[in-house]
Amino acid sequence: MVGKPSVALAEFDTAGEIYHACEHVRDAGFSRWDAHTPFPVHGLDKAMGIGRSRVPWIALVCGFTGAGLAFWLQAWVHSSAYPLVINAKPYMSWQAYIPVTFEVGVLFTALGTLIGMLALNRLPQHYNSLFKSARFERSTDDKFFISIAADDPRFQGEETLRFLQGLGASHVELIED
Amino acid sequence: MSSHPATLPADARLHIEAGHSWAKLPIVAFVVGVAGIAGTFALGMGNTKQLYHSWLVALLYFLSLALGSLFFVLIQFLAKAGWSVVVRRIAENLAAPVPIFALLFVPILMGMHDLYHWTHADAVAHDELLQGKSSFLNNGFFIVRAVVYFAVWSFLATWYRRQSVAQDQTGDHAYTRRMTMASAPGVAAFALSITFAAFDWAMSLDPHWYSTMWGVWYFSGAILSAFALITVFTLRLQGAGLLRGVVNGEHYHDLGKLVFAFTVFWAYISFSQYFLIWYANIPEETSYFAHRMGNSWESVGILLMVGHFAVPFLFMMPRTIKRNPATLFLGACWVLLMHYVDIYYAVMPNLHHEGVRFAATDALAFLGVGGVYLGLALMMMRKGALVPVKDPRLPESLAFQNV
Repeated sequence: MVGKPSVALAEFDTAGEIYHACEHVRDAGFSRWDAHTPFPVHGLDKAMGIGRSRVPWIALVCGFTGAGLAFWLQAWVHSSAYPLVINAKPYMSWQAYIPVTFEVGVLFTALGTLIGMLALNRLPQHYNSLFKSARFERSTDDKFFISIAADDPRFQGEETLRFLQGLGASHVELIED
Repeated sequence: MSSHPATLPADARLHIEAGHSWAKLPIVAFVVGVAGIAGTFALGMGNTKQLYHSWLVALLYFLSLALGSLFFVLIQFLAKAGWSVVVRRIAENLAAPVPIFALLFVPILMGMHDLYHWTHADAVAHDELLQGKSSFLNNGFFIVRAVVYFAVWSFLATWYRRQSVAQDQTGDHAYTRRMTMASAPGVAAFALSITFAAFDWAMSLDPHWYSTMWGVWYFSGAILSAFALITVFTLRLQGAGLLRGVVNGEHYHDLGKLVFAFTVFWAYISFSQYFLIWYANIPEETSYFAHRMGNSWESVGILLMVGHFAVPFLFMMPRTIKRNPATLFLGACWVLLMHYVDIYYAVMPNLHHEGVRFAATDALAFLGVGGVYLGLALMMMRKGALVPVKDPRLPESLAFQNV
C-alpha cells in the first residue's frame, strides 16, 4: 500500500506555538490527531480538548475485583475447602485475610492501570508511519509536532497541510504508509 | 501557558479587616471557650474522674490539630514544596497556638491521680510490672517530659510563624533557607516528642498495656485531621470573600488528595495495631481490645472502621469530589468528626469499662479547649496577611496545576 497518505505532520519550534496550534486543530473539529513534545507541556490536554482518561475506572474495577477475589479465595479455602485450626482461631477469621486482600487489591489496581493505559493507547505498536520522518526523531529532543491521521474524517491531504502551515508550523510534510 | 497567573491578583483580599465578619470570631470563640471551661469545672467537680477524662479527650483532640498543622508546615519546607505556599500561612496560624496547650495541660497535672493508675503508690507497691516501669512512669519524670514536649512544639510553632511573617516585609530568601535548614531536625524532634507524648498521656492510662504503634497512631490522626482542618479554614475564608483568585481548585484537589491518602494511612496504622495484637493473642497485649469488645464500645470500634475509613475512602476517591468546594467541605468535616470519635474511643473505655457513657463534661470540655485554641488561631489569622506574600515559591504555588 505504498503511496497512500497516512499522516500529516507539522513541526513547531516552541511549546507556546504548539499549545496555540493545538487549540486551533481542536476547534477545527479533528478527532484522530496527536501532539508530540519532548517534555510534558502543562495544560496541553485542555488545549487539545482531551477529556478525562478512562484508566481510573479500569483501576477501580480491577482493584475491587482483586480485593474481592483474594478475600473470597482465603475465606473459601480456610472455612470450606480445607478447614484447619490455625493458632486456635476460628475458621472464618476475616482479620487474617486483610493483609492479602489489601496486597492483591493493590496488585490488581497496578496491573489494571498499566494494562488499561497500554490498551487505551493501542500499545505496544510494532509499526507507526510517523517514524518514517527523519525530522520526527527530534520530538524527543527539542521540537514539537502535531500529527493528523489520514483516516480522520476531516483529513483533506494537501488542504490539511496548508491548514497546519497557517498555524505557524516551521515545517509540514505528508507521510505515506 | 497556564490558565492561572503567577502573581497575586491586585484585588485579592489577603487580610481580615476590622469590619469583616471574621474579625469578631476570636471574641466569640474565647467567650465559648471560657464558658466551656467554667462549665466543665462547675459541673465536673462532683465527679473528678469523669472531669479529667473529658478534659484529656478534648486536649488530645485539639492538640492533635495544632500539632498536625505544625507538621504540615515542617514537611513543606523539608520537601521544598511549591504548590502549598498559598495555604501554608493558614497552617502556620493553626499551629501557632501550641503554647496555650501547656496551660491547658495544668488540669491533667491536677488530675493525674484520677487519670493514671501508675501514680497510685499503694498500687505500685503490690505490682511488679508497674515497679519495673516506675523509672519511666513516675510523677517527676512525667512532668519533666511534658515540659520538654511543650518546649519543643512551642519553639517550632512560634519560630516558624515569626520567620514566615518577617519574610512578608523584606522578601529575603534567607528566611526560606533558614526554615528549610531547621525543618529536618524539626521533624525529628517532632516525631520523638509526639510519640512519647502519646505514650505518656494516652497509652499510660492503661499502664500494664503497651503498643509500639501507639505514637504513630496518634500522629496519623493528627496529620489527617490537620489536612482536613486546613481545608475547612481555607474553604470558609474563601466563602467569606478572602483569598479569591489565590487559592483555586488545583490546591483544593491536592488538599483533598492528602485527606484521601491519609485516611488510608490511618486505617493502615490502626489495623496493624489491632491485627498484631489479635494474631499474637498474648494477654498483656489483648487487654486493650478486651475492654473494647463485648460491650457498647464494640459498636464504636465498628463505627470507626466504617466511618473513619470506608466512608471517607470511597467518598474522597473521585476527582470531582475533591475539586468541588461543597463536597470537599463535607468530607473534611466528616474526617474531623471521626477523629474525635477515635480519640474518645482510645481514652474513655479506661473510665467506663462497662460501655459508652456520655457526660455533659465531654461536650463542655470540647467547647472549652476548642474555643480557646480556635480563638487564638483566629486571632493569629487577623494579624498579618493570610498568604506568605513574599515567599519565593509563591508564584509557583499560584500557577500550580495538577497534571
